[in-house]
Amino acid sequence: MNITKEELKHIANLSNLYFSDEELEKYTKDMSSVVEFANELSKIDTQGVEITTSILGEYNIFRKDEVKESFDRDILLQNAPEQGDGMFKIPKVIG
Amino acid sequence: MEYEVVIGLEVHAELATKTKIFCGCSTQFGGEPNTHCCPVCTGMPGALPVLNEKVVEYAIKAGLAMNCDIEQNSKQDRKNYFYPDLPKAYQISQYDLPLCKNGHLEIDVDGQKKNIGITRIHIEEDAGKLNHDEFGGGALVDLNRACVPLIEIVSEPDMRSSAEAKAYVEKIKAILEYLEVSDCKMQEGSLRADVNLSIRPKGETKFGTRTETKNLNSFKAITRAIEFEIKRQIEAVENGEEIIQETRRWDDDRGIGYAMRGKEDAHDYRYFPDPDLALIKLSAEYINNIRENLPELPDSRKQKYINELGLPEYDANIITGSKMLADFFDEATKYCDNAKSISNWIMGDLLRILTEKELEQVPFKPEYLAKLVVMIDSGKISSAIAKKVFEDMFETGENPEDIVTKKGLVQISDEGAIKEIVLKVLENNPQSIIDFKAGKDKALGFLVGQAMKESRGKANPQMLNKMFLEELNK
Repeated sequence: MNITKEELKHIANLSNLYFSDEELEKYTKDMSSVVEFANELSKIDTQGVEITTSILGEYNIFRKDEVKESFDRDILLQNAPEQGDGMFKIPKVIG
Repeated sequence: MEYEVVIGLEVHAELATKTKIFCGCSTQFGGEPNTHCCPVCTGMPGALPVLNEKVVEYAIKAGLAMNCDIEQNSKQDRKNYFYPDLPKAYQISQYDLPLCKNGHLEIDVDGQKKNIGITRIHIEEDAGKLNHDEFGGGALVDLNRACVPLIEIVSEPDMRSSAEAKAYVEKIKAILEYLEVSDCKMQEGSLRADVNLSIRPKGETKFGTRTETKNLNSFKAITRAIEFEIKRQIEAVENGEEIIQETRRWDDDRGIGYAMRGKEDAHDYRYFPDPDLALIKLSAEYINNIRENLPELPDSRKQKYINELGLPEYDANIITGSKMLADFFDEATKYCDNAKSISNWIMGDLLRILTEKELEQVPFKPEYLAKLVVMIDSGKISSAIAKKVFEDMFETGENPEDIVTKKGLVQISDEGAIKEIVLKVLENNPQSIIDFKAGKDKALGFLVGQAMKESRGKANPQMLNKMFLEELNK
């Protein structure tokens, strides 16, 4: 199966990625081969097999509604490239 | 041309659990930024979410109260999108197997009853909060609200006016309050609605292109945003423009709606089952147990008020529309049989003052309103004085009997004292006597008014009336 340039642009857009024409050309080809590889799976006969909704095979794993101590804010903010007033600082958001 | 409006709503309600949906962090509102957070709700790699059992229970309560079928097999899915208030870059929600399906609610607009279909109710997590940085031009992210449990209640496109949409959200709010599964504080964002709206020529059966106005968090905003969007779409169509399917925002301060993102960004959420979470399997016994223990709901309370207490349907509707008011009413009527009078006070002065003062709770005991009504009914105070005492009760929270005694507001019903006032007023207003005798009935009202003024509102008005007539007709 081949991926079109338009499809790749759409996927890139959803991931906030922007490609030059050259990159677009290259990645469209790469992506097509990835999808082709994944399509090998569709050769398997799945007739009569139920759709997988969970790979755990487990159900009803719940916790009680009991408050636990939250984390120290300084630890949580440790990896933030920038911070201010105890919050994660991020570039201007449009939208 | 005449148009028909088609409205469907997505209502989000924050659940009143103590902890977040997937971790033990507190859901309390108003903490210092990022102090109710842990690796799970800040989306740290490798953190494992575990579902809060109360979230399932509360969602099912809501589903049963809204006449839904409860799905015994349910799962949770990832909804993928990029926005900085969403630390994992996906929201855990439910896609094709929501907890509740196929419900409906009855609304009442000016006595017209109508059923509104509910497509589904599912559980999901809330996002964090972006605080726009005034100085740096960036934004600051607070994740205290991230992972707070929500239910999303999705309606069928069954509403045809802003009044119906408002009545529908009011009904949902009342039910969730009665169930005590959400505190429904709209100003804190714990109940908010997205409005899907389209128009079509009257008689047409196909739907027009719809727009979605997001995040409306007051009844006024819902009504105004709908009116705005109806007008905008009709104008566009009449000008030969095409309605674009888009997501819109509502600016309540400026009273305008505007497009948020265009068609080219049309959402593609790539839902898939969350591999970190187990399936939900509910036994019929578990669901039945919740069903049997549901508290009394607004409709049944309304019927009780109408049938047992003889309240008009209009009164019963307003009072049962808020759990706080209905509880207040119930408590007050324990101390006084005059239910209609209690209801009048609640629907009149009480609601007016609550709105004026922006209060959510009445600052005095329900018993005190009952005492006030008893004092009026027994003739101890006049209704004019009662209004003043009532304002006082809002200020001080005090017992009206104490206020009346302290301020000497007991009604004057003593014949001698009344006569004294009447004679004095007549003496000071000879022109009114002439007017009355010339057939001007208004003069009597004026004289009674003067006498009330003279007695600082304390004279019994019926007695004044009677005695003035006696004197004037002598």
